[in-house]
Amino acid sequence: MTPAPLHIAGERLMLDPAGLLAWPARQTLVVGDLHLEKGSAFARAGRFLPPYDTRETLARLQGALRRWRPQRLIALGDSFHDAGGAGRMAAEDAALLHRLLAGIEMLWVLGNHDPVPPAGLPGQAVEEHREGRLTFRHEARRGPLAPAEISGHFHPKATMPTRCGGVTRPCFVADAWRVVLPAFGAYAGGLDAGDPAIAGLFPRGARLFLLGRDRLYSMPAGPARPRPAAIAMATDTGAG
Amino acid sequence: MRTLPEPFAGWFAARGWVPRPHQLALCRAAGRGESALLIAPTGGGKTLAGFLPSLIALADRPRRTGPGALHTLYVSPLKALAVDIARNLLAPVEALDLPIRIETRTGDTPQNRRTRQKADPPEILLTTPESLLLLLSQPEAGAFFAGLGAVVVDEIHALAGSKRGDQLALALARLASLAPAARRVGLSATVAHPEPLRAFLSPSGRPEAVRLIQVRGGAPPALSIMLPEGHLPWGGHMGLASAPEIYRRIEAARVTIVFVNTRAQSELVFQALWRLNDAVLPIALHHGSLTVEQRRKVEAAMAAGKLRAVVATASLDLGIDWGDVDQVIQVGAPKGVARLLQRVGRANHRMDEPSRALLVPANRFEVVECTAALEAVRHEELDGDPPRPGGLDVLAQHVLAMACHAPFRPDDLYAEVTLAAPYAALSRRDFDDVLRFVADGGYALRAYDRFRKLFQDAEGFVHVRDQHVARQLRMNLGTIVESPMLKVRLRGGPVLGEVEEWFVSTLLPGDSFMFAGQTLRFEALDAMTAIVSRGGEGDPRVPTYAGARLPLSTWLAARVREILHEPRKWRLLPAPVQDWLRLQRRRSALPEKDGLLVETFPRGGRWFMVAYCFEGRLAHQTLGMLVTRRMERAGHAPLGYLATDYVLATWSAFEPTGIEALFEEDLLGEDLEEWMAESSMLRRTFRNIATIAGLIEKHHPGHEKRPRQMTMNADLIYDVLRKHEPDHILLRATRQEAAGGLTDVARIGLVLARARGRIRHMRLDRVSPLAVPALIEEGREWVAGGAEDALLAEAASLVEEVTGGEEIFAETLAEVTEGVRVRAGVVDTPRHRGKEQRPRRARFIRSAPKSLNGA
Repeated sequence: MTPAPLHIAGERLMLDPAGLLAWPARQTLVVGDLHLEKGSAFARAGRFLPPYDTRETLARLQGALRRWRPQRLIALGDSFHDAGGAGRMAAEDAALLHRLLAGIEMLWVLGNHDPVPPAGLPGQAVEEHREGRLTFRHEARRGPLAPAEISGHFHPKATMPTRCGGVTRPCFVADAWRVVLPAFGAYAGGLDAGDPAIAGLFPRGARLFLLGRDRLYSMPAGPARPRPAAIAMATDTGAG
Repeated sequence: MRTLPEPFAGWFAARGWVPRPHQLALCRAAGRGESALLIAPTGGGKTLAGFLPSLIALADRPRRTGPGALHTLYVSPLKALAVDIARNLLAPVEALDLPIRIETRTGDTPQNRRTRQKADPPEILLTTPESLLLLLSQPEAGAFFAGLGAVVVDEIHALAGSKRGDQLALALARLASLAPAARRVGLSATVAHPEPLRAFLSPSGRPEAVRLIQVRGGAPPALSIMLPEGHLPWGGHMGLASAPEIYRRIEAARVTIVFVNTRAQSELVFQALWRLNDAVLPIALHHGSLTVEQRRKVEAAMAAGKLRAVVATASLDLGIDWGDVDQVIQVGAPKGVARLLQRVGRANHRMDEPSRALLVPANRFEVVECTAALEAVRHEELDGDPPRPGGLDVLAQHVLAMACHAPFRPDDLYAEVTLAAPYAALSRRDFDDVLRFVADGGYALRAYDRFRKLFQDAEGFVHVRDQHVARQLRMNLGTIVESPMLKVRLRGGPVLGEVEEWFVSTLLPGDSFMFAGQTLRFEALDAMTAIVSRGGEGDPRVPTYAGARLPLSTWLAARVREILHEPRKWRLLPAPVQDWLRLQRRRSALPEKDGLLVETFPRGGRWFMVAYCFEGRLAHQTLGMLVTRRMERAGHAPLGYLATDYVLATWSAFEPTGIEALFEEDLLGEDLEEWMAESSMLRRTFRNIATIAGLIEKHHPGHEKRPRQMTMNADLIYDVLRKHEPDHILLRATRQEAAGGLTDVARIGLVLARARGRIRHMRLDRVSPLAVPALIEEGREWVAGGAEDALLAEAASLVEEVTGGEEIFAETLAEVTEGVRVRAGVVDTPRHRGKEQRPRRARFIRSAPKSLNGA
């Protein structure tokens, strides 16, 4: 895995091809929408999705934690698919999560899916977290930002045109002031980065970093195209 | 029974009719309480034959009211057909003043009528498989069907072998439990193999239990091939070069149906005809993506004799009798003989006069295919696929529906289900796993116990949890899974129809496309609707629909190979095609009847390999995936491939050698397993199965899900399930469906078996004549897996080139970080994102030919 450096607000951040963001200077790892227990949330509504999503997501997280060995982990909200998610975790999944977080300072940024702190888990829950010139929050704030901002919520994905057709992957979206992280959860879908909900955050254009097997693939995204207002569809992919 | 009883005999006589032998035979079978399958060509009075015994029985029956009055249930694959039949049946019922009520019940039936029908059913009810299962899932189904005397299944050949057929077979098995005395009548067009249909209809799943009544003959159809004047195209499938000839034929006939193979083709042909329509002939368009009202309007105009021609897709293949159609034109190759005859039969619905039809091949290969089809018709040989086992996803839906109807014992339901022919060989293990899947997902990790939908009581009866589950089932019942669709609405006007969502996602406001016979400008997206206005400039595009094209039938493919290989048969072909084949013989070689011709040649800095397999596009697609995988391992660096109905073409960076090894039969073992798991085809199969089985809902009470997410979720679910529980029942069902022919794995086996020791490899210095049609074909697949990342790397490095950066992140991001205004034209619109290379979706999008612009 080859992470890519990203300089923002004077800080050097690393984008990890697994879909996480590292802040080496502060020994911090940042992860976007985990959506843990999405499977069981659907099962409760009568749809028996395979109950392995939490396990799968945690296994991916475990890999990233091993690679970066951070002192601190920030989850950017929607860490659980719903408020009761933490309580539904299978015993062995919960045990794994406790193991992963042992010795790590954990910050749960709250999201729209999990507006309350996860019950029974270590760590501190915050609406947003400010550190140095960086603000960490669930959903990006529209308009100009004084310090820079790191957020999740939108589950960005993008299609890169290649010689043999488009290839679609989850992606980071970044400009000089903000980074939107891709969703990390195994069952988290995506919203095209060209969608006005995302593109509107980057009026002067952005860079997309598509997740590859071992590295990121970068391409530019033009400034938001003026489009009729009617096109703004339901934007909350976090709802899916 | 030698004659009909009164008053029917009199009614026949008054109209100058004589009862046909098969009509009497069906009456006799009914008198003995036997089930019967009637196979007759169109125009044989088939429908009336199916209903006569019921009408006779009901004429004498004292009128009943309330549940139990239902005597005859009619099931057809088309809603429109049910409506049409209801109208036709009314003629004798009203003329003879019979005490019979005839009603339809389909998805369009309003709720108040449904409620009334439940309390006070008609004597004859006409419905579809989906509506039947809905009825059967109701707690009152037992009383409702208790008095049932007959079930008539129309167009049974179109249902058997499909998932809707599976669903109907299961419903019939349940009906047999509720009304054991009901006999069954199947009505079918001419088929090659009646045995599977008899088994399908049989109450025991065995063909002998059903009497076969076959009507031979009718006048043989008069078929001919029509070529465009002037140049015969090398490639393409649209057949637009023949538009002037088609138009002249329409002018010369009374009423014409112009059949095409895809909805995209129907739009193009329709526009091409109107461009020539100086006489302003009433020519209409009919395809499955138009709104129901639009289609009904066209059908009504057709029935009223107000149209001279209608351009139609498979949406008009079945059913309704137009009466006055005197000419059928098939544009593009017919792909199968049975299908061709079905379409031809739409002309002249009278048995004793020949149906007239013209075949219009779009390119040279299609000329050969049309010729092969004519030969087959002349020799009265039909193609047909062997029956496949019933889908486990359909079974899952059925199990839940039965639980909603009433508690059951698993042993009893298993016994009932295995009486349906598609499930005759169902193992108890699969049944139990399906039952467990319905109950709680059936995962090895028993995480969902507390959310169970089904539970078993102390006496072993399985109950459904609550009414919410039943409501959920009823909202999602059915076996037709469509790609995510968006409505197309004229600004301030009506809805015109639907196109697939991905197509809209490739449109920018201002782009134009052809739909519903007009050129439209895309304005905006509003929730689930694409807003358009009339007109629009530039190259209009044509929406196409994934999986719309039927593959060439195995059987017709064999005939095509035979013609190609036998120069003696070439006299059947027009001169330009003969020249083309002679040129091929000189430059390369002809494909052999048994064996496999493979050509390799360099072109444009790449190496091409063309294999003449003739097993249909779907099989070639799969084979392409397998072969390119092997090429990758052999270091040929494959870049992509293309599958047509006739050939598989690959292109690679290096010359492919060791051709025999690429086509070895063990391809199906080791590589197939691996490929299966990764392929987009399996993902699609899984998505459909997961939807039908109820894992993914089409509708959820109170929610309208965005379809895009559904696609996404199915893929993610597939990946997780495959990794953590590869033997789960849904994955087994997915593999079974793939192996059972839906992805044509069996046909790949045929290619490889033919190829064994009989590969003829021609190493050429340039493209061969036979390869040209393939190379100008659209619809390319890229090599996935490792190659996908390679492609990303290539595309990303193109960006690097354009941005002039050796160090992409350091350089461009430093610019961004320091707030340096990035110069337009450097990053914002790099070369590779220029107009001509907009995100390519060429697999599905066609640009309209230049000649059609400026509408």
